[in-house]
Amino acid sequence: MNFSEVFKQSNQLCKVSPDGKYLATCVQYRLVIRDVNTLQILNLYTCLDQISHMEWSSDSLFILCAMYKRGLVQVWSLEQPDWHCKIDEGSIGLVSSRWSPDGRHILNTTEFHLRITVWSLCTKAVSYIKYPKACQKGLDFSRDGCYMALAERRDCKDYVSIFVCDDWHLLRHFETETQDLSGLEWSPNGCVLAVWESCLEYKMLLYSLDGRLLSTYSAYEWSLGIKSVSWSPSSQFLAIGSFDEKVRILNHITWKKIAQFEHPAIIDNTKATVYKEIEKRPAVSSDEMSLHDITVASSLFSTQSKYDISPLPVQIPVVKPDPDRANPKIGVSALAFSSDSRYIATKNDNMATAVWVWDMQKLRLEAVLEQTSTIRCFQWDPRRPRLALCTGNSKLYLWSPGGCVSVQVPAEGGFQVHSLNWHCSGDSLILIGKDQLCLCYMDTHARSMHKKVQQKTIAIFCHN
Amino acid sequence: MGDWGLTETSMDNYEISSLSHVEMSPSRHNNLMSAYSLPSSKSSYSVISAFCTEDNIPQCISYINQELGSLGLAAHIQADPPGRASLNAAPALNAMYELLQIHRRTMNSVEELEKEQLKKTSTLEHMQTSNSRLKDQLELSIREKSGLHETERQLQLKLKTLQSCLKTEKDEVQKLQSIIASRASQYSHDAKRKEREAAKLKERLSQLLVDRKDKKLAIEMLNSLGRSDGKRSHWKTAKATASREAEMYKSLLSDYEASQRALMLENAELQKVLQQMKKEMMHILSPCPPLNRGGSAEESQELGDSDREERSAETSRETLDQSCEHAREQLTNSIRQQWRKLRNHVQKLDNQASLVQNQPPSNAEVIPLETHEQEVERMRLEVQQCKEFIHAQQQLLQQQLNTSFDDETAALLNGCYTLEEKERLKEEWRLFDEQKRNFEKERKNFTEAAIRLGREKRAFEEDRAAWLKHQFLSMTPFADRMRSSSSDGQSALSVKSEPEIKTSSSKVPPVKSSAYTTFSTPKPSKSAAVPSTIDVCRTLRLIPDYSSSRHSNQRRWQESGATEDEESWLKSKSKVCSSDLSIFSLDEDKNPLT
Repeated sequence: MNFSEVFKQSNQLCKVSPDGKYLATCVQYRLVIRDVNTLQILNLYTCLDQISHMEWSSDSLFILCAMYKRGLVQVWSLEQPDWHCKIDEGSIGLVSSRWSPDGRHILNTTEFHLRITVWSLCTKAVSYIKYPKACQKGLDFSRDGCYMALAERRDCKDYVSIFVCDDWHLLRHFETETQDLSGLEWSPNGCVLAVWESCLEYKMLLYSLDGRLLSTYSAYEWSLGIKSVSWSPSSQFLAIGSFDEKVRILNHITWKKIAQFEHPAIIDNTKATVYKEIEKRPAVSSDEMSLHDITVASSLFSTQSKYDISPLPVQIPVVKPDPDRANPKIGVSALAFSSDSRYIATKNDNMATAVWVWDMQKLRLEAVLEQTSTIRCFQWDPRRPRLALCTGNSKLYLWSPGGCVSVQVPAEGGFQVHSLNWHCSGDSLILIGKDQLCLCYMDTHARSMHKKVQQKTIAIFCHN
Repeated sequence: MGDWGLTETSMDNYEISSLSHVEMSPSRHNNLMSAYSLPSSKSSYSVISAFCTEDNIPQCISYINQELGSLGLAAHIQADPPGRASLNAAPALNAMYELLQIHRRTMNSVEELEKEQLKKTSTLEHMQTSNSRLKDQLELSIREKSGLHETERQLQLKLKTLQSCLKTEKDEVQKLQSIIASRASQYSHDAKRKEREAAKLKERLSQLLVDRKDKKLAIEMLNSLGRSDGKRSHWKTAKATASREAEMYKSLLSDYEASQRALMLENAELQKVLQQMKKEMMHILSPCPPLNRGGSAEESQELGDSDREERSAETSRETLDQSCEHAREQLTNSIRQQWRKLRNHVQKLDNQASLVQNQPPSNAEVIPLETHEQEVERMRLEVQQCKEFIHAQQQLLQQQLNTSFDDETAALLNGCYTLEEKERLKEEWRLFDEQKRNFEKERKNFTEAAIRLGREKRAFEEDRAAWLKHQFLSMTPFADRMRSSSSDGQSALSVKSEPEIKTSSSKVPPVKSSAYTTFSTPKPSKSAAVPSTIDVCRTLRLIPDYSSSRHSNQRRWQESGATEDEESWLKSKSKVCSSDLSIFSLDEDKNPLT
């Protein structure tokens, strides 16, 4: 495993182009485009203000930079560096900006969700969509880029509009059976739209593309409901994480529950493996400290860690949430299917140091990763069943069915991994710190020609 | 207390004594005597000291006699002739002796009575103490009871208060619930109102923004871009709208089709499994002809493997054909029946298990087929050679890989070597393929030869049967009678002459049809008349035939998979057409299970 140099970034804005060739990073008001392989700067664009959002177009030819404070969006072309485009939303304000799937339209959401402005880069035409709903996930494009579903609110009722992205033709408009719609998401095959109620009530509605209600699912009443939703890449399963610390899996034929994954505080499932991260601080005696304090100090902060397989039963540390506060820190807040739909990783908020991996074939717990600190982010490799996670320290953790690895990021100055992103090929990872970033290459042989790559590899293998 | 007890004792004593008066006659007499003597003592107080004086001897004597008589003593004291104050000594002494006797007896009884009285007193005392104890206990329990009553009363009181508490709590809950409900409705109402206001505000805001003709709202672009798909944009027309709809429905339809296809595939897979299960069950359950499978299982396995693909293709086609409602019902019915049979069979086996274990394996005779064995041996050798060949190649390759250490040169050399190696391997592959083809050809030839052999053998068997029959008929005196039923006799004999069927019973034809039901036509007449390939193969030990003895059941279970392949291969090879399986199963079900 190799690591690149550390680069600057701001606002955690760094994204690899969809074709996997370029890496775009934002540093204050500058946009830097690099080659992913050589990490050489290809282009450098200067925006009018500090960039608050950046996004690649689907064809990797354009980049959108939004400056929400100024209500501005600037678009840059990779092929023609002197081409420029500036969209000013004016005094109405801007809270969100995104590309349409064709990469020729920009959808800007104005302040107070007054409307969504659709700007065409082909014709300079502008069109408005009124009454968008301000909610968790009110807008979703289907995977093939054909359709857009938008949650709307009119006369205190929830509606869903389905648009054809090609010409923004309103295909369907229907009222949903919700009190307060919270989000919607297309199935990966683009034929089913999952719509869920706000957390006050557990309610999941499944609509067909033509607006028919296929099924309704509710696991329980009264207490707080759905917290997170995820489709499996095969569209076979819909996983719903809720405030009762459970994940329920619905199937795509009957839309009934086929499995329920609980997150018990004491794990005694003999089929599951519990990996516990153990930190080892290098022992330093006091007299040594006085002799060469700087070097020792640096080594003091870089504690080594490794994984141990804990003997069952294992007690996972649980934090009791404060019942008086809104959005209590309890329940499954994050779930993600692996690219082959074989595994699902979950995180229960009141057990913030553990990531749970479930086997979808056997419908049981496969592994639990108990970290020493709170999980910040986890993401599946887009090609293989491999999970990368970070906990806000200087280490990167990887899980695969074979075992667990903890890797120290060998960057100077205490690089702390706050977030991570896989390259679409699954060969490298972008590690994002507070104001820095660094690339991590998975396989060593293909990358050996790069001079910039530092050959610092610390891998502590725990299992197999 | 002590005083009271003492007084009671005296009273008791008095009573006891009075009782003894009734029982004891002497004492009563004593009393009577005293009562009697009392007036006399009054009248002559002075003479009481001397009962008998000189003067009243006769009176005394008579009195004593009287007394003695009343006591029941016979002796009569007689006075001497009057005038003489002396007694006749002997009766007087006798009387005295008897009196003494009586006195002693009385004394004894008195003693006994005293003893008894003592005992009674002690029992009485005991009774009294126990009585007092019981009284104490009673008092105690009474006290306890009252205490319990008290606690009960208290508890009831508490219960009452708790109940009232509960009631108030319930009321409270109800009240709170109603409060919550009212608040919720109020909240939702307010929220709606706020939302409406917000919507109005938004409307107003956007209106204002539009009215102001916001100059800033603009797009600046160097030049317009082409569409990502390179096409021109279309006008929005009704036709375009319709085409959007059509496209949507198309995508929906394709999705449904895909899901339906997946479901059908799954269904077909399940049906296949069901079919296979059914077939295997049928094999297990069908009464098998007594034929030794011997060592032929291995060969048959090999043969079965080669035609596995053919078989699977056939089964899938079959299952698709049978996907109609009727066939499914039949299938499930037959499966159910066979499952029942299997259960019965297993139960029977359980019962017979101990018996079977003790039985020695029956050694049915094996007819060795030299050519066949040789052929198989040769084939095996060839396969072995090929395997060795491949192994050697692999080793060489491994060595090649191991020896290459220098990166660049190794890569270069490797390229050359691999090219060369490839060429050689290709050549070898060609050779190997040729060998394989030859091998196949030979096998085919051999199979044909085997079939021919079988036919010949069959003809020979029939000839022999005919000859035997002829001989038999010519020997028996009832020749004409036998001739009349010659057709039956022929079939029976022909069946009997086969080496595999040893037991001839009245039910031979149906048994035979059921045994072959999976791989022959349901018409038994045809199978009896023309020797089918199956018979031939069985005679040639191509098919592992099940021996009828129970003890080999275990092995049959294990090898059912292999035999299954075997028979399907035979089915495809033989010209005999196999019809619907479920129909067979119904035929099969009619046969009684042995």
